[in-house]
Formats: sequence, C-alpha cells, structure tokens
Amino acid sequence: MEQSRPLWDNPLQFVFACISYAVGLGNVWRFPYLCQMYGGGGFLVPYFIMLIVEGMPLLYLELAVGQRMRQGSIGAWRTISPYLSGVGIASVVVSFFLSMYYNVINAWAFWYLFHSFQDPLPWANCPMNRNYTGYMEECEKASSTQYFWYRETLNISPSIEEHGSIQWEQAVCLILAWLVVYLCILRGTESTGKVVYVTASLPYLVLLIYLIRGLTLHGAVNGLVYMFTPKLEQLANPKAWINAATQIFFSLGLGFGSLIAFASYNEPNNNCERHAMIVSLINSATSIFASIVTFSIYGFKATFNYEDCVSKVILLLTNTFDLEEGFLTADNLEAMKNYLTSTYPNEYTELLPQIKNCSLEAELDTAVQGTGLAFIVYSEAIKNMEVSQLYSVLYFFMLLLLGIGSMLGNTTAILTPLTDSKFISTHLPKEAISGIVCFVNCIVGLIFTMEAGNYWFDIFNDYAATLSLLLIVLVETISVCYVYGLRRFEKDLHVMTGHKPSWYWKIMWAFASPVLIVSLFVFYLTDYILTGTLKYQAWDATQGQLVTKDYPSYALAVIGLLVAASTMCIPLAALIIFIMKRLRRESISTVA
Amino acid sequence: PRTGQNAGAAPFIFFLTLQYTWDASEEYLFRAMVAFAMRRYSSKETTQISNVLLCNVTDRVSFWFVVADSSKNVTTIPRKNVEAAIRMNRNRINSAFLLNDDTLQFLKISSTLSPPIEPSLPIWLIVFGSVLCLILGGIVFLIVSGIRQRQKKNQASAEAENLEDKHETIVTTENGIPCDTLDFKAGHINGVYAAADDERFTPL
Repeated sequence: MEQSRPLWDNPLQFVFACISYAVGLGNVWRFPYLCQMYGGGGFLVPYFIMLIVEGMPLLYLELAVGQRMRQGSIGAWRTISPYLSGVGIASVVVSFFLSMYYNVINAWAFWYLFHSFQDPLPWANCPMNRNYTGYMEECEKASSTQYFWYRETLNISPSIEEHGSIQWEQAVCLILAWLVVYLCILRGTESTGKVVYVTASLPYLVLLIYLIRGLTLHGAVNGLVYMFTPKLEQLANPKAWINAATQIFFSLGLGFGSLIAFASYNEPNNNCERHAMIVSLINSATSIFASIVTFSIYGFKATFNYEDCVSKVILLLTNTFDLEEGFLTADNLEAMKNYLTSTYPNEYTELLPQIKNCSLEAELDTAVQGTGLAFIVYSEAIKNMEVSQLYSVLYFFMLLLLGIGSMLGNTTAILTPLTDSKFISTHLPKEAISGIVCFVNCIVGLIFTMEAGNYWFDIFNDYAATLSLLLIVLVETISVCYVYGLRRFEKDLHVMTGHKPSWYWKIMWAFASPVLIVSLFVFYLTDYILTGTLKYQAWDATQGQLVTKDYPSYALAVIGLLVAASTMCIPLAALIIFIMKRLRRESISTVA
Repeated sequence: PRTGQNAGAAPFIFFLTLQYTWDASEEYLFRAMVAFAMRRYSSKETTQISNVLLCNVTDRVSFWFVVADSSKNVTTIPRKNVEAAIRMNRNRINSAFLLNDDTLQFLKISSTLSPPIEPSLPIWLIVFGSVLCLILGGIVFLIVSGIRQRQKKNQASAEAENLEDKHETIVTTENGIPCDTLDFKAGHINGVYAAADDERFTPL
C-alpha cells in the first residue's frame, strides 16, 4: 500500500504558497518600469485586459491540471498522454535554469541587508582613494550608489570575456541563500507550508510601511503625478499591449511546473477556480501597490536631485558675482539668470559651461528596471531618508522574502517530479534529494559570483525562460483542450469544484489564449531576428557609465543552448516515446 | 572667486547657510580666531587681534585678510605660515562659527579629508555569521528530528511485526483446555470400556 501523498494543512497554505510564488521581484522592479514607459495610468488598461484574457484562464488551467492529476509536472503530462512527457521535462529544465540564477539575487539582497547595519550606509559616500587625497575616481564619475553596486558588490569586469575570479563575499552570500532555501524545502510541504505564511504576508507589511513613508516624503507627489497621468496615445502602441501580455504571463509564473506541483498537494475537491482568480487578482493588485511605492520614492529622489542641482547653481552664481546670500532663490533663479547675463555678459559667458540646466522632468524620466532599480535607485533614495538604516533593513528584508518565496516555488517544481518518481524516492530520503538539488544549483551558481558574473546573469535572465515558457504553455493549453479533450476536462472540473466551468473559460482556453501566446511568440522571434546581433550593457569603470557591447560567439552559443535545452525536450521526448513504442510492438509481434 | 592675490593675503569666503547676520562683532570674532590660531601655531604669545586685518569685505561675506607681524612693523607673516596655522585649528574656527568645511571655505587651503574608521572586523561579517549559525542550527535540527521520526516509525513497524510472531507461539486452546495436555497419557481412561473389552461384546 503506497504512502499517501502529503497535503497542505489547509487551503490557506496553498493560496499563500501561490501568492508567495507569483508575487516576486518582477512586481516590484518590472511593473513600475512598464507603467512609466507605456503611458502611466493608461497602461492599466491593457494590463487588466490581458489579466482577464490570458492570466486567469491559464492560471486556472495549470492549477486544475495539477489538482486533477495529483502529480508533479512530468507525471501529470505523462498521464494525459505519454507523448507529452516532454512538456513536463521541459518545465523541469526551465525551473532548473531559473533556480540557478535567481538565487543570486537573494545573495545580493543578503549582502545589502548585512551592510545596512552601519552608520553611515556604505553607499552613502564615496570611499577615499589610496593616498587619502580625494575620492575614488570611478565613484566621482558615477555616483556613490552605482559605485557600491558595480565595484564593491559585483566587482564587475569591463566585459564578458574577462572572467576574473570568484568573489568570496558573494560566494558565501550565495551559499547562505541556498542554505536558507534548503531549510525551507527540507521537509516538503510540511515545512514549505509554514514558511509561506511568512513570505506571503510580511512583504505587504513592509510595502505598507514604505507606502506611508513614501507618500509623506518631500516631492513624492511629483513622482505620483508623473506616473499616473495617463498618456493615452501609448495605447495605440502595440508594444504596450505586448509588454502587458508578457508581464502578466511571466509575473504569474506559468509554465514552470510550480503551480502544477503546488496544486498536486491539494485535496481533490479544492475549489481551484476561486483560488486562481484570487491569486491572479492579488498578484496584479500587488504590482500596482508596489508601483505606487516606487513612484513616490522616484519622486522623492528626483526632487532631491533637482533641488541639489539648483542649489549648486545658486552657489556658483553667488560666489562668482559676490552676491548677498539669499539674493538668489530657486524661484527667482531664471529671472536672475537673465539679469546677470545682461549685467555681466563677459563673466556670465565664461561661467556658462559650468551652469547645469536643472530639470525635474529629466530626473523623473530616468526609467530604470531590474537590478538597477532595486539596488541602485532605491538605495540612493534610502540614503537620503532619516533613519536610513531602518528603512534599508526593511527594504532588503522585503526583497529577500519576495525572492525566497519565488525560490520555494521553483525548487518545488524541480523536487515534486523527483520525489514522485518511485525509483528515486525508494533509494534516497526526501532530505537527501533536496540537498543534492540545492548543492548542484549552488555550485553552478558560483559562476554568477565571478567578476563577469552579472553579464552571465543577464543572459540567463533574458533568455533562459522567455521563449521556452511561451512554447511550453502553448503546448499545455493545446494538449488540455484538444489531446485530453475539453469535454473530459470539463467533467473533471465538475467533479472537483462541483460546477461546470462557464463558457467564458472554455472560449479562453480553446481560442483566445493560444492565439495570444502564438502572437507573443511570433513577436519575440521577429524581434530577435530583426535586432541582428545581440548586445549587452557593460560597465565602463573609466567613464563611470554603461556602454553597449556585442556578445562574443561563445556567449551566443550558450544562449542558443539555453533555449534549445528546454524547447527541444518536447519534440525529443515525443520522438523517443514513439520509437520505444514501435520497438515494443515489434518485439511483441516477433515473439507472438 | 578672486584670482590674483598678494604675497601674504589669504582670501576667505563664506558659503550659504549662515544662521546669523554678519556684522562687526562677527568680524571681531574672526580676527580673534585667526589670532588664536597664530598663537597656537607659533606658540609665541605675541599675535594680537589688532594684527589681523580684513579688507574687501563684500555682501557675500567674503574678504581677504592678512596677519601683520607685530615685532617688525609693516611686514606680514608669510602666507604658508598662516595657512598652516589655520589648517591646524580648522576645527575650532569652524565650530566658532557653527559652520563646517563645506560652508566655511578658505580658498587655497584644501580641507583634509578625515580618514575612514575601519573596525577590526567588518560589521557585515558579524551579521552574516550570526544568520549563518541560525540557519545551520535550523537545518541540523530538522534533519535530526526527521531521522528520529523515521527511526520511531521503523521501531513501531518492527514492534507490529513482533506481535504477529508471538501469536503463532500462543497456545491454541480448545474449550478452555490446552490441547497439549490432552495428548498426555495422564488423561483418565474410562474403566468401563476397558473392562468390557474382552467378554461383553458378543463375537460375531
């Protein structure tokens, strides 16, 4: 008699696990950027339409498959049809790639968290150079927060070809991050179920604190007004719609197999329809909530920099013309500039190259996403707040919670098929399997702690999961609707949830979502083909800014391998099963 | 900022954020501070406030100053001596005016940057070490308790098997009398049948 499958203690654990997995760093650092680029408040229109057309149906589909088949991704798809086991394997491969590089972000968050216990914050001031005659040159050209990120955290090399050595500080932070993940997944759902209570709810507490702090900051309103003024002409831009669809798709974490794995630990009669809607709505609401916080912080930082720039100009003018203090103010600056130009034309033209044109718009326009937003822009804003250590600790702790919550989902996606397989689970206890997975991931992840590691991180971030996931989810949707049969699926849902799915879900699954995914896929492919050679941003220490470079050929080969490794699983597995069946049929017929 | 300068004069400019109005008394304080600095530097007690002369005072609150040598009339103390004296006592001069190196600038006297305070062990390592110990402790605890739970389960299933074996060695009973004893020859033989064996039965 088989051991019964471990279950969540209550449906709340399952919902929290899904929320903790879906609400991740992308909600904090990608959505605000998209909002800013594609029309501010107007971006919410394509976002919500995509949520309803694509997000909710696909999420419901994955949860229902997992709950019905009660197995991890490989087993679930094999049950639907043996030729589809490649879909499950592709999910596991993509999850493996993701967990390899994603935990490095947690390592960085740990690094910043540990450095937040100093006064002043280490990224607040430039460090001095060797002879103590001045500040470090790189730091003067860039800013102190950029210097801390690129030099003291990453110790980044000028290009991807120069590997450099493994940074021991980053390596130990990475090992710590993997130990934390191991601690959480050690006992399977028993431990994961308790951890997700924390990782799902605490980030909201921190976001709330930041919301209150952010809204009361001087200049926050500038950022909020800038963000929320809808630029409705962006709605005509197809990129806005494509990015909305992509954001919904990747933000929910579809196709990795994590949602299937989570749902497989449910009671068979769990109402996954309601849970799917709740999770997707909470995910989107969190994105909007996080972008309000981000934009108030942007507004504060932009206003701070603008006022700093203005006071520098005032100082310069006051010193040059020996004016009385208080003669020039921010309000009369423009008028006084004209007066000075007319009164002292020669001296003023001499001074002209040094006078910067300070513009609040220009400061707000610097749209940043990704690690740049999280670790550079935010830390710059934090260092100017009062009690900056407290806010810094809170912020990086929140990043950690979000990152670890997502890691739990990724590792569960890898572990569930492994523990389901009888061969492996009879030979090794579950603690050993999790330990081996964490260990292998950790060792491979040490690549990202090298000096060129951040460039490899960007490669994985941009290419490891994007195309493959689109393909995986497309095959998933088509196989559920047409291979498994929509009617059979309907009946299963009727048994599980107690009512048949409405016509809306059926239309979405059968037509709308596949069409949408295919168009996204086509868009990505044409984008890659049109851009020609792929380029990346490298940090130039001598100039103190990012420069664009071409990828070398071996990097391009790695990119191709990443995409191929997961996508090829689907046809390859189908082919292998086909050949095996043929051979078995032949051997049976020869025997008979 | 003025560019040309005299041999002994040191230009001196106030920045913004003066919290008080600049008047003759403030000038007096400044001259007193410079005299104090010269006295400290040369450790002669000869410099008087009247030796410090200010000139070209502007609304911006910037001016030039020179320190005259009281022993020799009409000469000024060389510039580098004055610079060295001020540099030595910069802190005191700054705090007398409630300003700092950014807001009170002596031209051509660059402010020395204070060296960073390096603690013996970086703070981040301390925090890292404590978190690492906590996590390792948690992992060890969970693994050990998992192993113990599995041992208990194995023991429990082993006990269940032992119980099944014991059932086979339990004596089977028939009507409350152990069958073993029924085999013994110590059972009673019914004497009636034994006696009636030879004669009663009619031979066929």
